Amino acid sequence: MISLAKIQRAYHVGDQSVYALNDVDLTIEQGGYCSIMGPSGSGKSTLLNIIGLLDRPDRGQYRLDDQDVTTLNDDQQARVRQRAMGFVFQFFHLIPRLSAADNIALPLVLAGIPADERRARVSASLGNMGLTDRAQHRPEELSGGQRQRVAIARAIIMNPTILLADEPTGNLDRHTGQEVISLLEGLHASGLTLLVVTHDPALGSRATRQLRMEDGRIISDRTQQAVT
Amino acid sequence: MNAGDSLAFASQALSGNRLRTALILLAMAIGVASVIVLNSLGDAARRYVIGEFSALGTHLIIVLPGRSETAGASPSMFLGETTRDLTIADAMSLTRLPGVRRVAPINVGATPVSRQGRSRDIILLGTTLPFLAIRGFHMEKGRFLPETSADQATAVCVIGKQVKRELFGSAPALGEWLRIADRRFRVIGILASEGTSLGQDTNELVIIPVASAQAIFNTQSLFRILIDMRAQEQIPKAITAIEDRIRVRHQGDLDVTVVTQDAVISTFNNILGALTLAVTGIAGISLIVAGVLVMNVMLVSVSQRTAEIGVLKAIGATKAQILRLFLMESALLAILGAVLGLIIGYAGNQAITHWFPQLSMTAPWWSQLAAIVVAVLTGLLFGILPARKAARLDPITSLQRR
Repeated sequence: MISLAKIQRAYHVGDQSVYALNDVDLTIEQGGYCSIMGPSGSGKSTLLNIIGLLDRPDRGQYRLDDQDVTTLNDDQQARVRQRAMGFVFQFFHLIPRLSAADNIALPLVLAGIPADERRARVSASLGNMGLTDRAQHRPEELSGGQRQRVAIARAIIMNPTILLADEPTGNLDRHTGQEVISLLEGLHASGLTLLVVTHDPALGSRATRQLRMEDGRIISDRTQQAVT
Repeated sequence: MNAGDSLAFASQALSGNRLRTALILLAMAIGVASVIVLNSLGDAARRYVIGEFSALGTHLIIVLPGRSETAGASPSMFLGETTRDLTIADAMSLTRLPGVRRVAPINVGATPVSRQGRSRDIILLGTTLPFLAIRGFHMEKGRFLPETSADQATAVCVIGKQVKRELFGSAPALGEWLRIADRRFRVIGILASEGTSLGQDTNELVIIPVASAQAIFNTQSLFRILIDMRAQEQIPKAITAIEDRIRVRHQGDLDVTVVTQDAVISTFNNILGALTLAVTGIAGISLIVAGVLVMNVMLVSVSQRTAEIGVLKAIGATKAQILRLFLMESALLAILGAVLGLIIGYAGNQAITHWFPQLSMTAPWWSQLAAIVVAVLTGLLFGILPARKAARLDPITSLQRR
């Protein structure tokens, strides 16, 4: 469970302070499906980064599964990210010189998991993603949809509880975007908490819980029945 | 993340940008190779010079006129005293000291020599019969100076092969006359070619009795006295005996300097050793430059790979892990460069030995070790800054770029 209390995050531009997040209170249940929408600069990416422990709030408290993670040091936060968080980015952010399989294996490598276990888990994951015949291809040899599938495979290889996606379809055509969305929703269905930041109303409206942000505040919070 | 995985990741990063890696390896290799080659060159030169001196024999004592004092101003500086000549009689008095096998007084100077209108400048060396044995020279034809009293100025000379060729051509020279300065000398022998030894080319030498040379140079003083001892152990005693004898002959003043072959060798050894170190140090600077290049390249690499670093952080890499990955990259660059440099250095040594066989180029083991250690240390040292920069990158800003 994600629980934010009075989170504040300001950026300093010259001598002015711009509030990216201003006293945000938010609780997301484990297994939730939540979209965050709003205009550029509304603070939605900052919110995602803070939830993902890539950014630290200036004030407020962030509790993850009843543990206060705001007070953890960098290395402890890195361990929480490794264990509990998966990230999917608009620009995929695959490492260009590594093959698809090596990209997926990277979190396992960093976690110090032995090579044979790594191989087994990566090949299972490639199979799930329908990428088995692309395992030794480098990102530049893959289509956009394939790249994003590799990125998703990398995000979930450590079996996280939360999947954070920042404009996951922003760089894909409509059809491929649909595929990626159903892949993410399938993962949500298997129990992951799914947070999607997007500009796209069609994508955002699919979530069971829809947050709308403006000027660093959550201005609307709607819950609906799951669409199928 | 275990060491093998880190190594694999770092080497993949290096092979991901081949040109960049190759250039930096080249810079590192040139640094290491120049340390090794210059160090070998200095050491080979040192051994060459020592070899030349040792060829003179280690039983040698050399007496020079004048005293080199390092103990401050002596009274003689204020009394206007002049040093006494070191004479042939002084030299002859030393032959009777215990342990002395041979004594050869020497006068040297440049003089014109001519025959039938052909003329050239040569090095004229005045000495006595024992000189031949002390220097280990050999005769090509005829005989060396006659065994006469040293103060007897006979008009005979021994000439080098090139002097013979230039003055006589293919005509026989033995028994012929030639003119040295304004005196006539009969050629009684031709020296065998010994190559260049201590800067003296035996081919261009003309040797006459020491008394004749003093007459030509119009001096009473000798240039040197060479003393060949029977055994090396007798040298310390002999030095005291020589100094005592000269002091007695020079009214109580010790106005000569007595040096041994060992002293000369060790002086040259020290000078050339210092020179070798200096040259190696200069080459070492190129290693530092290579280190700065490694830093530069790694800094560029860090800014090109911000997105990658951001991803690594997002998927759970700690600062320490990222620091280690980038340090390993620069260490790998340094080690590979050092190994490449060793190979180039060996090849360079082989090439120099091939073209200059008199220099035997072998890198001392400590210089190879030092080159590699310094290379790796500079790689690591100059890798710290870029690696820290990478580790401290803010993941958000690094992920905002494509």
